[in-house]
Amino acid sequence: MTHLDEEQLTLAYYGEVDAECMRHLEECGECRLRHERIKTALDNFPDFPVPERNDAYGREVWNRLLPQLAAKPRRSWLNWWTMTPVLASLIAIAFFAGMLAQRNRQIPGISAEARERVLLMAMSDHLERSEILLVELAHAVPGENELKMERALARSLVTENRLLRETARSAGDEPRAALLDDLERVLVAVANGPAGENPADLDALKARIQSNDLLFKVRVMSANTLQEGRKL
Amino acid sequence: MEWTDSAAAEQARQGDQRAFGVLVERHSRSVFRLAFRMTQNEQDAEDLVQETFLKAYKQLHRFDGRSAFGTWLYRIAANCSLDLIRARKNRRERQTTLTSETTDWLDRVAAPDPSPERLARSGQVASLLKPALAQLTELERTAFVLRHYEGRGIEEIAGVLGVQTNAAKHSVFRAVQKLRRALEPVAQVAP
Repeated sequence: MTHLDEEQLTLAYYGEVDAECMRHLEECGECRLRHERIKTALDNFPDFPVPERNDAYGREVWNRLLPQLAAKPRRSWLNWWTMTPVLASLIAIAFFAGMLAQRNRQIPGISAEARERVLLMAMSDHLERSEILLVELAHAVPGENELKMERALARSLVTENRLLRETARSAGDEPRAALLDDLERVLVAVANGPAGENPADLDALKARIQSNDLLFKVRVMSANTLQEGRKL
Repeated sequence: MEWTDSAAAEQARQGDQRAFGVLVERHSRSVFRLAFRMTQNEQDAEDLVQETFLKAYKQLHRFDGRSAFGTWLYRIAANCSLDLIRARKNRRERQTTLTSETTDWLDRVAAPDPSPERLARSGQVASLLKPALAQLTELERTAFVLRHYEGRGIEEIAGVLGVQTNAAKHSVFRAVQKLRRALEPVAQVAP
């Protein structure tokens, strides 16, 4: 085996390399010496002091939390609130996207800022629901769920996604348009895909979601878009 | 009666708020510790503790007991913290200035009761660490905090960050490299 590189030596400190690497480290004096240097460095990294919380802290948190809890936790994630906003969003997006397409058109009482804010909030909402869908699919177990609700949601999101993608592109917002492009391919695959009982189909779907770190990108874009919308 | 975490979670899922209260009391401190390490700000950490438990309560139906309740909760806390860091980064980019929270944390890097020698060295470390931390991406910083300070496994970190295992490993490595370079003048941590 060739010598370990810096990354392997660093990860070995955390025990995140395979047995072969560890064996090499035991047998190779040169690598062991380099690893010792890294170990010393990491052992000497500055500490990270955390403010103390006493034994009563948990009770205090609970007392603050209690008034905010609903009577009973929600049992199913795919209920009315994930489905009904689609229609509201579609109406808002269609309306404001139309206005964006006719930039010169002035509508009394609605500023450009207000239009952009509505679009950004609709976009954030769309991405958040898409994220929920992707997370559920990523954790779906073959045979346990026919993915009926997921596919229904994906179908409704496809239309919304298309509208948002076109709006982003016509506004020159290429990063968002590109992400929505990627997202749309997955949404279409989910919407038109098989029932999800076949493990291979589900695995293919999961691989598609994982490709290009789609879930992560959606999560980041959703948070950023929400922030932008709130700033306006 | 002393509930186990999974029994309390199951009871809470049935609508028993007292059972959820047991879980809150049991895990609040560890959630706070993680949130503080992620955000480096005490008030943010307090807010994140609340947000984490609220989210956990709403998502209890998704806890299937395959992992420990603490691990599941930890993921929620890490994700909430990461969202906050991203939002803050976005805000910082707009303002193009360093946040006071970063400075606060750097000021706290030293041990609570340091010796004069350690104080001098910590001052050095803090001054060198500051530009290095500014260079870390949010992924690198999060991966490093979770791995180095929280002792979490790469698989779990990858799950929290929503990236592949190799990407998580690489983020930890890049963070270590950058921080070591930044601390080069302090001989013991030089690359």
